[in-house]
Amino acid sequence: MTDLVELTISEALDGLAKKEFSSVELTKAHLAEMEKARDLNAYVLETPEVALERAQRSDERRAKGTAGKLEGIPVGMKDLYCTKGVRTTACSHILDGFIPPYESTVSQKLEDAGSVMLGKTNMDEFAMGTANLTSYYGAVRNPYKDKTNPDKFLIPGGSSGGSAAAVAAGLCMAATGSDTGGSIRTPASFCGIVGCKPTYGRCSRWGMVAFASSLDQAGTMTRTVRDTAIMLGAMAGFDPKDSTSANLPVPDYEKALTGDVKGLKIGIPREYNPDKGLNSDVRHVWEKMADKLKAAGAEIVDISLPSTQYALPTYYLIAPAEASSNLARYDGVRFGLRVDGKSLDEMYTNTRTEGFGKEVKRRIMIGTCILLEGYYETCYLKAQKVRRLLCHEFAEAYKKVDVILAPAAPETAFGKDDDSTSDPLKMQLYDVFTVPCSLAGLPSVCVPAGTSDINGLPIGLQVIGNSFQEETILRVAGAIESMSGMPIRPLRMGGK
Amino acid sequence: MSYIIKGETGDWEIVVGLEVHCEVISKAKLFSGAATAFGAEANTQVSFVDAGFPGMLPVINHECVEQAVRTGFGLNATINKKSIFARKNYYYADLPNGYQISQSDHPIISDGYIDVDLENGETRRIGIERLHLEQDAGKLMHDQHPSKSFVDLNRAGVALMEIVSRPDIRSPEEAGAYLRKLRSIVRYIGSCDGNMDEGSMRCDANVSVRRPGEPYGTRAEIKNVNSIRFVMQAIEYEAMRQVEVLESGGRIVQETRKFDSVKGETRSMRSKETAVDYRYFYDPDLIPLVLDDAMIERLKGEMPELPDAKKKRFIEEYGLPAYDAGQLVAEKDIAAYFEAAAKGHDAKKVANYIMGDLFAVLNKLGKSINESPVKPENLGRMVDLINDGTISSRIAKDVFAFMVEEGKSPDQIVEEKGLKQVTDTSAIEKMVDDVIAANPDKVAEYKGGKEKLLGWFVGQTMRASQGKANPAMLNELVKKKLDA
Repeated sequence: MTDLVELTISEALDGLAKKEFSSVELTKAHLAEMEKARDLNAYVLETPEVALERAQRSDERRAKGTAGKLEGIPVGMKDLYCTKGVRTTACSHILDGFIPPYESTVSQKLEDAGSVMLGKTNMDEFAMGTANLTSYYGAVRNPYKDKTNPDKFLIPGGSSGGSAAAVAAGLCMAATGSDTGGSIRTPASFCGIVGCKPTYGRCSRWGMVAFASSLDQAGTMTRTVRDTAIMLGAMAGFDPKDSTSANLPVPDYEKALTGDVKGLKIGIPREYNPDKGLNSDVRHVWEKMADKLKAAGAEIVDISLPSTQYALPTYYLIAPAEASSNLARYDGVRFGLRVDGKSLDEMYTNTRTEGFGKEVKRRIMIGTCILLEGYYETCYLKAQKVRRLLCHEFAEAYKKVDVILAPAAPETAFGKDDDSTSDPLKMQLYDVFTVPCSLAGLPSVCVPAGTSDINGLPIGLQVIGNSFQEETILRVAGAIESMSGMPIRPLRMGGK
Repeated sequence: MSYIIKGETGDWEIVVGLEVHCEVISKAKLFSGAATAFGAEANTQVSFVDAGFPGMLPVINHECVEQAVRTGFGLNATINKKSIFARKNYYYADLPNGYQISQSDHPIISDGYIDVDLENGETRRIGIERLHLEQDAGKLMHDQHPSKSFVDLNRAGVALMEIVSRPDIRSPEEAGAYLRKLRSIVRYIGSCDGNMDEGSMRCDANVSVRRPGEPYGTRAEIKNVNSIRFVMQAIEYEAMRQVEVLESGGRIVQETRKFDSVKGETRSMRSKETAVDYRYFYDPDLIPLVLDDAMIERLKGEMPELPDAKKKRFIEEYGLPAYDAGQLVAEKDIAAYFEAAAKGHDAKKVANYIMGDLFAVLNKLGKSINESPVKPENLGRMVDLINDGTISSRIAKDVFAFMVEEGKSPDQIVEEKGLKQVTDTSAIEKMVDDVIAANPDKVAEYKGGKEKLLGWFVGQTMRASQGKANPAMLNELVKKKLDA
């Protein structure tokens, strides 16, 4: 029998259905793997009791013949999702000891589908970061190694870095992520896994700790496109508790995976291929994959999204503005950390000074500033106009093409101690390919497409679709997966 | 007629705009399902949304939206099919999210007016700039513990309608009339109970002064005044203060002031320089509020008759003078009482009894019209008894008093107490004869030219009849007998 942690979700569902193993066995295998790989720091909280209890109940349900879509599948939960009775901190000191009395819609849906939560995965504080370096609980290590420097501590990308590392290393079969400006797609690219950010409104935001409400979207992190289709189907859907969630039926995403791209028009945006700011190994993988898709019968179309260059500054105005307001509730009055002071104002200041990390403070200050009278008109409103322009350009592009193929990150995973990690402006550049479709609310899936011919690290490409065209992007991603020759088995830590 | 402050250097006109916060009557809060009952135990009506917990999201309560639309109709205003919620950001311990969800540049209601009646019979039209929906904050309690403050979030998230008038108000009297009219309208509609003492209706007043005909002066905002009388006092005081400042060569600073109802004066709270920048922006957790035509039409069709229409109808249908009609329609329940009492009876007389004797009694008993000991049908019937001569107006006073005390019908009271008016000529004639026979000296004086004694004879006879003699008949008979 194959080692249980190496299975994909669809294989595991098969095995469970055939009674080859139980959910309890599957869960125990993953808990053991988590223990062996603690140096990755992928989990900030392991919940073996919750996991085993849910696995037990899952086996009972299966025995009764009432199996859900993810019945018995062990998953990691990004610490951004509020989980009833289980500590949730968004990896911020300010939420110290916060145990939500409610369950987020997404994690509830996953539980209802029969999945088994193994623990809470590490992330950038409040999902603000590209490298998982801002977590209060420390950095996450990417299980992959740079072949030119195998001892180098590589970051997994962020903000869903813990989820990405856990999925890549077999510490869960899948994990939840969240994507505001690339937080699923960048770590998916860096860790060689499939990361899908569906259309804004596809999954409920209820119970998800907010970063930037108009951009935040829940998504999936798995090792295969098929697993993404299965998991997304369980997570998505209308939620009356989230006014921005879309009241649309959820299609059977697995059915969309025909592997056939014949006749599909695939756009290659020229603005995503700048002279500077895109490494040659990434460009090479991108070009090669476009050729393969063409060979498979797709039509490659050169397109232009002229406002792409303004997407990054636009994102870094809108997201902090919303964050500055969303994070105002962390004031020490009702939950989480409180650092006393002589007056109410002093208590606020002390609590927030100690509770928030540097990057979060930086974004709160920027966001606060640009909402002030004067800056609001020149920065915030202008950013909203550019956002509408970007949406318009995407809409125009989708009159000509079915999907857009682009890199997810300009380079492969970098070192924790690289110079760039101390420069917030340089770190922002990693979001350059992911933020445009976040601003437009479009669905995008990042799928491993090859490895770097320089350092051997995985490189993902994103397939961006029009609103609610998740089926089309998954279909193309499935084709890429089958042509990429990339492994779908986890990179085991600590030996078998 | 206008309200003018006679200053040392000439005349000043006052300019006032009012911002009134009305707590919306609804079962649940504006963006959460938590209940809204007044006076519940602290922190028992709070959802995780109201308490600003992580990941919680607001969902609009359509009951509150409908109340705003109804009120919009009551204010003769434009119902905006699309409105947008925005966040007003500031830190305070009674504001769990660190922002209040309100509406900024796209309110649900705009451009309306209400007509107010003044004591001199004039009617003034006061413009309404807007009505928007927003959340109330919680309440801080500083008197529960020696070193700690407590927070009660029961009120946090309750829906408010902020109704902003145009600066059309020119006197304290107009401000009072505006508030009374506004309160009357929201009560008719049932969108707010209008109880200023419970805080379900609160008022901020923007006051400035100017020379008649000149542009507006700098205004001061007087925050949170909690009775109509205090609003009028605050405006009067503030206008005088501003005139004094200006006349002594000073300048008015734009600021927020507080009204001290004990001292009857306004005091500075903060100036514009130290004002908070609320960093308004559209709330990304909510989509624009779009009203569909069917809902607007349905609410329009369900609108009750409002004070102005009712007043017009009372004048036309019941022949009431405008002033009386205005008095009776001010409160929906009084108007309903009047109609119940006046239907098929002498409406004018019924109106007089309500505004006179009944109001006096209710006032004395501290009761509302709905608790009136006198049933409306009994009042109507009593007026009938007066008009058909069964009782005199004088006897009616007694009948009314008995109705207040015993709650019985006037017929029963007249019967039981034997209060029926004597209209039998021979009976009255006999009583007159007796009085004349018993007072020959007075008769002689009368005949000698002291005609004033006629009244004395009438009085004596009336007393002999225990007040039951028909006064007109009595008068006539006494005169006839004495002159014979």
